[in-house]
Amino acid sequence: MKCEEVSRELIAYLDRRANSAERQEVEGHLASCAPCRARAEEFRRVWTVLDEMPVEEPSLGFDARLRQRIADEPRPGWFRWFVPQPRLALSMALLVALCVWVSRMPRENPTTATIPSVPTEQQQFQVIENLGVLENYDVLSKFDALSELPGPAAPAQQKVDSKQDDSGGM
Amino acid sequence: MIRSDVELMLDVKAGDTASFDLLLQKYRLPLVNFLYRMVRDTATAEDLAQEVFLRIYRARKDYFAGAKFTTWLFRIATNLALNSVRDNRHRRMEVSLDAPADDEEAPIQVPTREMRIDEHMIERDRAEFIRRTIAALPEKQRAAVLLHKYEEMDYGEIAKVLECSESALKSLLFRAYETLRIELAPLMTQPVGNRAGEGRPS
Repeated sequence: MKCEEVSRELIAYLDRRANSAERQEVEGHLASCAPCRARAEEFRRVWTVLDEMPVEEPSLGFDARLRQRIADEPRPGWFRWFVPQPRLALSMALLVALCVWVSRMPRENPTTATIPSVPTEQQQFQVIENLGVLENYDVLSKFDALSELPGPAAPAQQKVDSKQDDSGGM
Repeated sequence: MIRSDVELMLDVKAGDTASFDLLLQKYRLPLVNFLYRMVRDTATAEDLAQEVFLRIYRARKDYFAGAKFTTWLFRIATNLALNSVRDNRHRRMEVSLDAPADDEEAPIQVPTREMRIDEHMIERDRAEFIRRTIAALPEKQRAAVLLHKYEEMDYGEIAKVLECSESALKSLLFRAYETLRIELAPLMTQPVGNRAGEGRPS
Protein backbone atom coordinates (compact mmCIF):
# COMPACT_ATOMS: atom_id res chain seq x y z
CA MET A 1 0.00 0.00 0.00
CA LYS A 2 1.34 3.43 -1.00
CA CYS A 3 1.25 6.58 1.15
CA GLU A 4 -1.41 8.06 -1.15
CA GLU A 5 -3.68 5.04 -0.76
CA VAL A 6 -3.16 4.99 3.00
CA SER A 7 -4.12 8.64 3.31
CA ARG A 8 -7.63 7.84 2.07
CA GLU A 9 -8.11 5.11 4.68
CA LEU A 10 -6.16 6.76 7.47
CA ILE A 11 -9.11 8.66 9.00
CA ALA A 12 -11.29 5.54 9.01
CA TYR A 13 -8.42 3.62 10.61
CA LEU A 14 -7.87 6.22 13.32
CA ASP A 15 -11.56 6.56 14.21
CA ARG A 16 -11.85 2.75 14.30
CA ARG A 17 -14.45 2.54 11.56
CA ALA A 18 -12.26 0.71 9.04
CA ASN A 19 -12.93 -2.98 8.52
CA SER A 20 -10.36 -5.58 9.55
CA ALA A 21 -8.81 -5.90 6.07
CA GLU A 22 -8.36 -2.11 5.80
CA ARG A 23 -6.96 -1.98 9.33
CA GLN A 24 -4.36 -4.61 8.54
CA GLU A 25 -3.30 -2.84 5.36
CA VAL A 26 -2.93 0.53 7.10
CA GLU A 27 -1.13 -0.99 10.10
CA GLY A 28 1.26 -2.77 7.75
CA HIS A 29 2.07 0.50 6.00
CA LEU A 30 2.39 2.53 9.20
CA ALA A 31 4.84 0.00 10.59
CA SER A 32 7.21 0.69 7.71
CA CYS A 33 6.50 4.41 6.94
CA ALA A 34 7.65 6.96 9.49
CA PRO A 35 6.10 10.06 7.80
CA CYS A 36 2.65 8.42 7.67
CA ARG A 37 3.04 7.32 11.27
CA ALA A 38 3.85 10.90 12.28
CA ARG A 39 0.89 12.21 10.31
CA ALA A 40 -1.42 9.70 11.98
CA GLU A 41 -0.21 10.87 15.38
CA GLU A 42 -0.84 14.51 14.42
CA PHE A 43 -4.38 13.67 13.30
CA ARG A 44 -4.98 12.20 16.74
CA ARG A 45 -3.78 15.44 18.28
CA VAL A 46 -6.00 17.48 15.96
CA TRP A 47 -9.00 15.59 17.28
CA THR A 48 -7.93 16.31 20.84
CA VAL A 49 -7.65 20.01 20.04
CA LEU A 50 -11.08 19.97 18.35
CA ASP A 51 -12.54 18.64 21.60
CA GLU A 52 -11.75 22.01 23.17
CA MET A 53 -14.61 23.61 21.27
CA PRO A 54 -17.25 24.55 23.84
CA VAL A 55 -20.87 23.47 23.48
CA GLU A 56 -23.26 26.34 22.80
CA GLU A 57 -26.56 26.18 24.66
CA PRO A 58 -29.63 27.37 22.78
CA SER A 59 -31.39 30.41 24.24
CA LEU A 60 -34.04 29.84 26.91
CA GLY A 61 -36.89 30.86 24.66
CA PHE A 62 -35.95 28.44 21.89
CA ASP A 63 -38.63 25.82 22.62
CA ALA A 64 -41.33 28.40 23.34
CA ARG A 65 -40.66 30.20 20.06
CA LEU A 66 -40.75 26.98 18.12
CA ARG A 67 -44.01 25.87 19.77
CA GLN A 68 -45.52 29.23 18.94
CA ARG A 69 -44.46 28.90 15.31
CA ILE A 70 -45.96 25.41 15.18
CA ALA A 71 -49.18 26.70 16.78
CA ASP A 72 -49.34 29.40 14.10
CA GLU A 73 -49.15 26.79 11.35
CA PRO A 74 -52.43 26.52 9.42
CA ARG A 75 -54.54 23.57 10.60
CA PRO A 76 -55.93 21.18 8.02
CA GLY A 77 -59.75 21.36 7.90
CA TRP A 78 -62.72 20.87 5.62
CA PHE A 79 -62.01 24.20 3.92
CA ARG A 80 -58.67 22.90 2.64
CA TRP A 81 -60.58 21.25 -0.19
CA PHE A 82 -61.27 24.73 -1.49
CA VAL A 83 -57.68 25.86 -1.24
CA PRO A 84 -56.05 25.67 -4.68
CA GLN A 85 -53.65 22.76 -4.79
CA PRO A 86 -51.25 22.49 -7.73
CA ARG A 87 -51.34 18.68 -7.83
CA LEU A 88 -55.12 18.58 -7.82
CA ALA A 89 -55.37 21.29 -10.47
CA LEU A 90 -52.90 19.46 -12.71
CA SER A 91 -54.79 16.18 -12.33
CA MET A 92 -58.08 17.87 -13.21
CA ALA A 93 -56.57 19.58 -16.25
CA LEU A 94 -55.14 16.28 -17.49
CA LEU A 95 -58.51 14.58 -16.99
CA VAL A 96 -60.35 17.28 -18.95
CA ALA A 97 -57.76 17.13 -21.76
CA LEU A 98 -58.16 13.34 -21.94
CA CYS A 99 -61.95 13.64 -22.15
CA VAL A 100 -61.71 16.20 -24.96
CA TRP A 101 -59.24 14.05 -26.87
CA VAL A 102 -61.38 10.93 -26.52
CA SER A 103 -64.55 12.77 -27.57
CA ARG A 104 -62.84 14.05 -30.74
CA MET A 105 -61.66 10.65 -31.87
CA PRO A 106 -63.53 9.36 -35.01
CA ARG A 107 -66.24 6.94 -33.96
CA GLU A 108 -66.21 3.57 -35.65
CA ASN A 109 -69.55 1.73 -35.47
CA PRO A 110 -68.93 -1.99 -35.92
CA THR A 111 -72.52 -2.64 -37.18
CA THR A 112 -72.22 -0.14 -40.04
CA ALA A 113 -68.71 -1.25 -40.92
CA THR A 114 -69.56 -4.90 -41.55
CA ILE A 115 -73.17 -4.95 -42.81
CA PRO A 116 -73.80 -3.47 -46.33
CA SER A 117 -75.62 -0.18 -46.14
CA VAL A 118 -79.39 -0.24 -46.45
CA PRO A 119 -80.79 2.46 -48.86
CA THR A 120 -82.31 5.31 -46.99
CA GLU A 121 -85.89 6.39 -47.41
CA GLN A 122 -84.83 9.41 -49.48
CA GLN A 123 -82.79 7.25 -51.90
CA GLN A 124 -85.71 4.89 -52.30
CA PHE A 125 -87.99 7.84 -53.04
CA GLN A 126 -85.63 9.18 -55.78
CA VAL A 127 -85.64 5.80 -57.50
CA ILE A 128 -89.44 5.74 -57.47
CA GLU A 129 -89.56 9.38 -58.64
CA ASN A 130 -87.39 8.61 -61.70
CA LEU A 131 -89.45 5.60 -62.70
CA GLY A 132 -91.97 7.73 -64.64
CA VAL A 133 -89.20 9.38 -66.69
CA LEU A 134 -87.52 6.12 -67.48
CA GLU A 135 -90.82 4.60 -68.60
CA ASN A 136 -91.50 7.53 -71.01
CA TYR A 137 -90.57 6.35 -74.54
CA ASP A 138 -89.93 9.84 -75.97
CA VAL A 139 -87.40 10.64 -73.35
CA LEU A 140 -85.63 7.36 -73.79
CA SER A 141 -85.53 7.70 -77.60
CA LYS A 142 -84.02 11.22 -77.32
CA PHE A 143 -81.40 9.82 -75.00
CA ASP A 144 -80.56 7.28 -77.70
CA ALA A 145 -80.34 10.00 -80.38
CA LEU A 146 -78.02 12.12 -78.28
CA SER A 147 -75.77 9.18 -77.64
CA GLU A 148 -75.28 8.73 -81.42
CA LEU A 149 -73.95 12.29 -81.88
CA PRO A 150 -70.16 12.58 -82.34
CA GLY A 151 -68.57 14.02 -79.26
CA PRO A 152 -66.65 17.18 -80.52
CA ALA A 153 -69.23 18.07 -83.14
CA ALA A 154 -72.08 18.00 -80.78
CA PRO A 155 -71.89 21.66 -79.69
CA ALA A 156 -71.64 22.89 -83.35
CA GLN A 157 -74.63 20.79 -84.37
CA GLN A 158 -76.53 22.20 -81.45
CA LYS A 159 -75.72 25.73 -82.66
CA VAL A 160 -76.98 24.94 -86.19
CA ASP A 161 -80.12 23.49 -84.77
CA SER A 162 -80.68 26.52 -82.64
CA LYS A 163 -80.20 28.89 -85.69
CA GLN A 164 -82.67 26.90 -87.71
CA ASP A 165 -85.12 27.15 -84.91
CA ASP A 166 -84.58 30.90 -84.70
CA SER A 167 -85.07 31.49 -88.47
CA GLY A 168 -88.06 29.24 -88.58
CA GLY A 169 -89.53 31.08 -85.68
CA MET A 170 -89.14 34.46 -87.43
CA MET B 1 -39.60 1.81 26.95
CA ILE B 2 -37.29 3.96 24.83
CA ARG B 3 -38.69 4.55 21.41
CA SER B 4 -36.42 4.97 18.40
CA ASP B 5 -36.37 8.16 16.35
CA VAL B 6 -38.29 6.44 13.58
CA GLU B 7 -40.99 5.29 16.02
CA LEU B 8 -41.23 8.78 17.48
CA MET B 9 -41.53 10.28 14.03
CA LEU B 10 -44.24 7.80 13.06
CA ASP B 11 -46.13 8.83 16.21
CA VAL B 12 -45.71 12.48 15.20
CA LYS B 13 -47.14 11.53 11.82
CA ALA B 14 -50.14 10.02 13.62
CA GLY B 15 -50.68 13.34 15.42
CA ASP B 16 -48.76 12.85 18.68
CA THR B 17 -47.18 16.22 19.51
CA ALA B 18 -45.51 14.83 22.66
CA SER B 19 -43.30 12.65 20.43
CA PHE B 20 -42.28 15.75 18.50
CA ASP B 21 -41.28 17.36 21.82
CA LEU B 22 -39.09 14.33 22.59
CA LEU B 23 -37.32 14.67 19.24
CA LEU B 24 -36.88 18.38 19.90
CA GLN B 25 -35.32 17.72 23.33
CA LYS B 26 -33.00 15.11 21.87
CA TYR B 27 -31.73 17.02 18.84
CA ARG B 28 -32.04 20.69 19.80
CA LEU B 29 -28.54 20.93 21.29
CA PRO B 30 -26.57 19.04 18.59
CA LEU B 31 -28.50 20.81 15.86
CA VAL B 32 -27.93 24.31 17.23
CA ASN B 33 -24.24 23.54 17.75
CA PHE B 34 -23.83 22.10 14.27
CA LEU B 35 -25.50 25.15 12.75
CA TYR B 36 -23.56 27.55 14.95
CA ARG B 37 -20.28 25.98 13.84
CA MET B 38 -21.43 26.17 10.24
CA VAL B 39 -22.66 29.79 10.18
CA ARG B 40 -20.76 31.21 13.19
CA ASP B 41 -23.64 33.35 14.40
CA THR B 42 -25.79 32.36 17.37
CA ALA B 43 -28.98 34.13 16.28
CA THR B 44 -28.75 32.77 12.72
CA ALA B 45 -27.99 29.27 14.02
CA GLU B 46 -31.08 29.32 16.26
CA ASP B 47 -33.29 30.65 13.46
CA LEU B 48 -32.04 27.91 11.14
CA ALA B 49 -32.53 25.24 13.82
CA GLN B 50 -36.12 26.39 14.27
CA GLU B 51 -36.61 26.25 10.52
CA VAL B 52 -35.27 22.67 10.46
CA PHE B 53 -37.75 21.54 13.15
CA LEU B 54 -40.56 23.42 11.49
CA ARG B 55 -39.86 21.75 8.14
CA ILE B 56 -39.83 18.36 9.81
CA TYR B 57 -43.14 19.14 11.48
CA ARG B 58 -44.67 20.29 8.19
CA ALA B 59 -43.44 17.17 6.39
CA ARG B 60 -44.66 14.76 9.12
CA LYS B 61 -47.57 13.50 7.01
CA ASP B 62 -45.21 12.46 4.20
CA TYR B 63 -42.67 10.78 6.51
CA PHE B 64 -41.86 7.15 5.82
CA ALA B 65 -39.57 4.96 7.87
CA GLY B 66 -37.16 4.29 5.01
CA ALA B 67 -34.42 6.74 5.93
CA LYS B 68 -32.62 7.30 9.21
CA PHE B 69 -34.09 10.28 11.06
CA THR B 70 -30.71 11.93 11.75
CA THR B 71 -29.80 11.73 8.06
CA TRP B 72 -32.98 13.60 7.21
CA LEU B 73 -32.52 16.10 10.05
CA PHE B 74 -28.92 16.97 9.22
CA ARG B 75 -29.55 16.99 5.51
CA ILE B 76 -32.12 19.75 5.96
CA ALA B 77 -29.79 21.52 8.40
CA THR B 78 -26.78 21.29 6.06
CA ASN B 79 -28.72 22.61 3.09
CA LEU B 80 -30.09 25.52 5.11
CA ALA B 81 -26.65 26.30 6.54
CA LEU B 82 -24.95 26.21 3.13
CA ASN B 83 -27.60 28.51 1.68
CA SER B 84 -27.22 30.88 4.61
CA VAL B 85 -23.42 30.93 4.29
CA ARG B 86 -23.66 31.64 0.55
CA ASP B 87 -26.28 34.37 1.00
CA ASN B 88 -24.16 35.96 3.70
CA ARG B 89 -21.09 35.81 1.48
CA HIS B 90 -22.96 37.52 -1.36
CA ARG B 91 -24.17 40.24 1.01
CA ARG B 92 -20.64 40.81 2.24
CA MET B 93 -19.35 41.00 -1.32
CA GLU B 94 -21.95 43.64 -2.16
CA VAL B 95 -21.00 45.66 0.91
CA SER B 96 -17.29 45.39 0.22
CA LEU B 97 -17.81 46.69 -3.30
CA ASP B 98 -19.41 49.85 -1.93
CA ALA B 99 -17.34 50.55 1.14
CA PRO B 100 -14.24 49.29 2.87
CA ALA B 101 -15.13 46.44 5.18
CA ASP B 102 -15.10 47.76 8.71
CA ASP B 103 -16.68 44.65 10.23
CA GLU B 104 -13.76 42.42 9.36
CA GLU B 105 -12.80 40.16 12.19
CA ALA B 106 -9.54 41.07 13.84
CA PRO B 107 -6.90 38.42 13.25
CA ILE B 108 -6.67 36.30 16.32
CA GLN B 109 -3.25 35.44 17.64
CA VAL B 110 -2.50 32.03 18.90
CA PRO B 111 -2.94 32.38 22.66
CA THR B 112 -0.02 31.46 24.83
CA ARG B 113 0.39 31.30 28.57
CA GLU B 114 2.75 34.27 28.39
CA MET B 115 0.06 36.39 26.73
CA ARG B 116 -2.76 35.67 29.15
CA ILE B 117 -2.58 34.74 32.78
CA ASP B 118 -6.20 33.87 33.13
CA GLU B 119 -6.70 30.22 32.19
CA HIS B 120 -10.31 30.83 31.26
CA MET B 121 -9.34 33.51 28.76
CA ILE B 122 -6.74 31.25 27.22
CA GLU B 123 -9.32 28.54 26.75
CA ARG B 124 -11.76 31.02 25.25
CA ASP B 125 -9.17 32.30 22.80
CA ARG B 126 -8.15 28.80 21.85
CA ALA B 127 -11.78 27.89 21.23
CA GLU B 128 -12.21 30.99 19.07
CA PHE B 129 -9.06 30.10 17.13
CA ILE B 130 -10.37 26.59 16.51
CA ARG B 131 -13.78 27.93 15.53
CA ARG B 132 -12.26 30.31 12.99
CA THR B 133 -10.00 27.61 11.61
CA ILE B 134 -12.97 25.31 11.06
CA ALA B 135 -14.96 28.19 9.60
CA ALA B 136 -12.18 28.84 7.10
CA LEU B 137 -12.57 25.35 5.63
CA PRO B 138 -14.51 25.02 2.37
CA GLU B 139 -18.22 24.59 3.19
CA LYS B 140 -18.52 20.92 2.32
CA GLN B 141 -15.31 20.00 4.16
CA ARG B 142 -16.55 21.96 7.15
CA ALA B 143 -19.88 20.12 7.19
CA ALA B 144 -18.08 16.78 6.79
CA VAL B 145 -15.75 17.47 9.75
CA LEU B 146 -18.61 18.65 11.98
CA LEU B 147 -20.77 15.62 11.20
CA HIS B 148 -17.82 13.25 11.61
CA LYS B 149 -16.16 14.74 14.67
CA TYR B 150 -19.05 16.18 16.67
CA GLU B 151 -22.14 14.25 15.52
CA GLU B 152 -20.23 10.94 15.25
CA MET B 153 -22.13 9.90 12.19
CA ASP B 154 -20.90 6.93 10.18
CA TYR B 155 -19.53 7.42 6.70
CA GLY B 156 -22.61 6.16 4.91
CA GLU B 157 -24.84 8.59 6.75
CA ILE B 158 -22.55 11.60 6.20
CA ALA B 159 -22.28 10.69 2.53
CA LYS B 160 -26.08 10.73 2.27
CA VAL B 161 -26.31 14.08 4.06
CA LEU B 162 -23.69 15.62 1.76
CA GLU B 163 -25.00 13.77 -1.30
CA CYS B 164 -21.66 12.23 -2.29
CA SER B 165 -20.11 8.78 -2.39
CA GLU B 166 -18.35 7.27 0.63
CA SER B 167 -15.11 7.28 -1.31
CA ALA B 168 -15.48 11.01 -2.08
CA LEU B 169 -16.31 11.63 1.58
CA LYS B 170 -13.11 9.90 2.74
CA SER B 171 -11.08 12.14 0.43
CA LEU B 172 -13.03 15.18 1.64
CA LEU B 173 -12.36 14.32 5.27
CA PHE B 174 -8.70 13.65 4.65
CA ARG B 175 -8.24 17.03 2.94
CA ALA B 176 -10.14 18.79 5.73
CA TYR B 177 -8.14 17.16 8.54
CA GLU B 178 -4.92 17.77 6.64
CA THR B 179 -5.72 21.51 6.55
CA LEU B 180 -6.66 21.47 10.24
CA ARG B 181 -3.45 19.60 11.07
CA ILE B 182 -1.41 22.41 9.52
CA GLU B 183 -3.53 25.33 10.75
CA LEU B 184 -3.99 24.06 14.29
CA ALA B 185 -0.34 23.06 14.69
CA PRO B 186 0.39 26.03 17.02
CA LEU B 187 -2.32 24.80 19.42
CA MET B 188 -1.01 21.26 19.37
CA THR B 189 2.33 22.40 20.75
CA GLN B 190 0.66 24.42 23.51
CA PRO B 191 -1.88 22.16 25.11
CA VAL B 192 -4.18 23.33 27.91
CA GLY B 193 -4.67 21.32 31.05
CA ASN B 194 -8.25 20.14 30.82
CA ARG B 195 -8.36 18.22 27.61
CA ALA B 196 -11.31 16.09 26.68
CA GLY B 197 -11.24 12.95 24.58
CA GLU B 198 -8.50 10.52 23.77
CA GLY B 199 -7.43 11.80 20.39
CA ARG B 200 -10.22 10.37 18.33
CA PRO B 201 -13.72 11.57 17.45
CA SER B 202 -15.68 11.66 20.70
